[in-house]
Amino acid sequence: MISPSDFITIPFDDAVNSFVHGFLVPYFRPFFRALQVPVNELLMAINQLFTVVPMLVTTAVFALLSWRLAGRTMAIVTFLGFCFIDMIGLWPETMTTLSMIITSVLFCAIIGIPVGILVARSDIGWKIVRPILDIMQTVPSFVYLVPIVMLFGVGRAPGIIATIIFALPPIVRMTNLGIRNVRGDLIEACESFGATSWQILWEVQFPLALRTVMAGLNQTLMLALSMVVIAALIGAEGLGGIVNTGLGRLDVGLATAGGVGIVILAIVLDRITQGLAEGRNGNLSLRRALMTFFRGQSPDRSSDPDTLSGREKAA
Amino acid sequence: MRYTALMSVKVKVESVSKLFNDERGEGLKRLAQGQSKERIFRETGVTVGINEVSFDVNEGEIFVIMGLSGSGKSTLVRTLNGLIPPTSGKILIDGTDVASCDKKTLRNVRREKISMVFQHFALFPHKTVAENVAFGLKVKGVDKDRRRDEAMKALEKVGLDAHADTLPGSLSGGMQQRVGLARGLANDPQILLMDEPFGALDPLIRREMQDELLVLQKELKKTIVFITHDLNEALLLGDRIAIMKDGAFVQVGTAQDIVSEPADDYVRAFVADIDRSRVYTASDIALDAHRVPLTGTVADARKAMEAADTEILHVVKDGVPAGLLTLADIKDIKPQERVMNVMHAHPPTVPQDAYLNEIYSEAQAGMPLAVTDDDGKLVGVVEPGSIFTHLANEEEATEDAAETSTSEDTQETKAKTQAAEPA
Ligand SMILES: Nc1ncnc2c1ncn2[C@@H]1O[C@H](COP(=O)(O)OP(=O)(O)O)[C@@H](O)[C@H]1O
Ligand SMILES: [Mg+2]
Repeated sequence: MISPSDFITIPFDDAVNSFVHGFLVPYFRPFFRALQVPVNELLMAINQLFTVVPMLVTTAVFALLSWRLAGRTMAIVTFLGFCFIDMIGLWPETMTTLSMIITSVLFCAIIGIPVGILVARSDIGWKIVRPILDIMQTVPSFVYLVPIVMLFGVGRAPGIIATIIFALPPIVRMTNLGIRNVRGDLIEACESFGATSWQILWEVQFPLALRTVMAGLNQTLMLALSMVVIAALIGAEGLGGIVNTGLGRLDVGLATAGGVGIVILAIVLDRITQGLAEGRNGNLSLRRALMTFFRGQSPDRSSDPDTLSGREKAA
Repeated sequence: MRYTALMSVKVKVESVSKLFNDERGEGLKRLAQGQSKERIFRETGVTVGINEVSFDVNEGEIFVIMGLSGSGKSTLVRTLNGLIPPTSGKILIDGTDVASCDKKTLRNVRREKISMVFQHFALFPHKTVAENVAFGLKVKGVDKDRRRDEAMKALEKVGLDAHADTLPGSLSGGMQQRVGLARGLANDPQILLMDEPFGALDPLIRREMQDELLVLQKELKKTIVFITHDLNEALLLGDRIAIMKDGAFVQVGTAQDIVSEPADDYVRAFVADIDRSRVYTASDIALDAHRVPLTGTVADARKAMEAADTEILHVVKDGVPAGLLTLADIKDIKPQERVMNVMHAHPPTVPQDAYLNEIYSEAQAGMPLAVTDDDGKLVGVVEPGSIFTHLANEEEATEDAAETSTSEDTQETKAKTQAAEPA
């Protein structure tokens, strides 16, 4: 049978090779190295924190968060789960994984939320960014593991960068969606009072999109967790490293222990961020606190009954 | 551009058109040729939102724009504060053309001069009632304490100061729209745009809100552009009313103008089922009063009745109605008796600008009503029966009213409609 390859063959792999080896690596390696500096810094800081803080304190903090955001049952599950991890001897690896996850999710938020906001306000921007997100989500992560190693080397930071690429799309998508879904008449109302587009964003669009953004953050977090084992292939260690070692040695027990640790971490983090998104149990105060964090001002308490009575007393 | 001479005109709209999806200007060309909105849409896909509309709104006036859904009311009102830029034409707000000014000027006009109340309230669900009301002030950069004070003042005006710290989602529809109104008022704008503000409310609440708006307006004297699809609401609220169809104004006038002389069949169809009792005032249906002075005698009264061919007289003192006298009352009384001794004292009296729905209760006793002017002087009389015939029999009522004003225009309009009908 005749086929096109009888006439023309394209050395695609060679082309990519010479592009990466001949162009990217020699000219851009320093640039990519520099990129991982902030990642490394943040990771070290968080990892240091989890190393210094005793296991029971960390567990208590997470149990408290679970209790506030996901109910009492989840608090008990968190406590028992973390104790179990400690008892099977995987606490240090779990903390490594946790700090890597937190680092990647933070970077996803720092990059993803502004990008989501930008593309929500520009149809052209969305037309450009959307196919990029599609590619990021469809290309298997193993494919970009190789170039990442060539450009960034091996270790935790490259692992985190692979994770960021893999986990970024949902938060961009959901931020975009949340902002676009804010009712049109609310935006009209803002405009009719002479609000600038920044005022519209910070006063109305972002606060109303926050719930959807948080749902995006939850998805991003779950994707980041699913990258733990893959990232360990390029030297990211942690629980993923345990699983890989178990696999390499055909040590079922070790692989399972690592897997169980990942599952426990996944359940706890999922419920906590879901609680953030759904706003159960005192959502408003937490959301306001978050808003305050994003705006970098003291909370607007003009409506607070306490300050009101305070002012009345003063008057 | 500033026109300081136009002091009392707050909003001046000069031949404004708005076409949607008309990138190539094809629609505007066809509109200039006089093609219909429907044809333009069918052949080019261009929607005519507003078609060459011009009008002025005077300071302190409620100008109502009314029309069926899709007639372009929302589009028109949104051009007034620049939410929708018109395709052509000028919109002068206090002399500033918001159709052509730069963004910053437009923002300042919105912050200082004009605010808007929305059909579905458009309250911010994540802000408390007070924060919602203070939004316009926050946008302007007013400090927190003053914002709160102004918001509370505005909330007091609409009777909701007790709900300042709740979220708007927990309030009923009527209360939410009061918050919307307070938010519009908090900036103390001179011009208030209201796009079907009561359209989403139950009929009872709507009535309440309409009355409340009128009471507020007496005190505030804002310049209001009010949109509605309900002619009753238009007639009740509007100092002047514009009827809109397919993006153009069909008729502009006072409530009485529109009810008594509808410009075409479109307006007539609206007028057919309106509540006339809220359109006509006592003076519209009053007949000439016949009178006898308080110091007169029964003989004088008999003479006056015969002269006017009536059985009812009002007894007046310095022009003010003091009593009522019927033929039956004086039948067997000797001629030299004083009328003050046989008359019914305290005759039912109504002011001339009272609407018919306000004089029902006075009319129930069956006695003729004395109609008085602002000084309390007798200017006419209303037969109780005539109120109800006036309300019930619209054809007759319309003709009566038309007769009392001018006859020529009406006949002209009628001739026009008849000519239009066969086509
Ligand atoms: N953004 C838009 N794009 C296209 N057509 C529109 C747009 N907004 C309104 N229209 C059209 O303009 C006409 C007037 O609409 P609108 O002003 O909302 O009417 P009303 O408020 O009287 O119901 C309608 O035919 C409507 O379909
Ligand atoms: Mg409308």
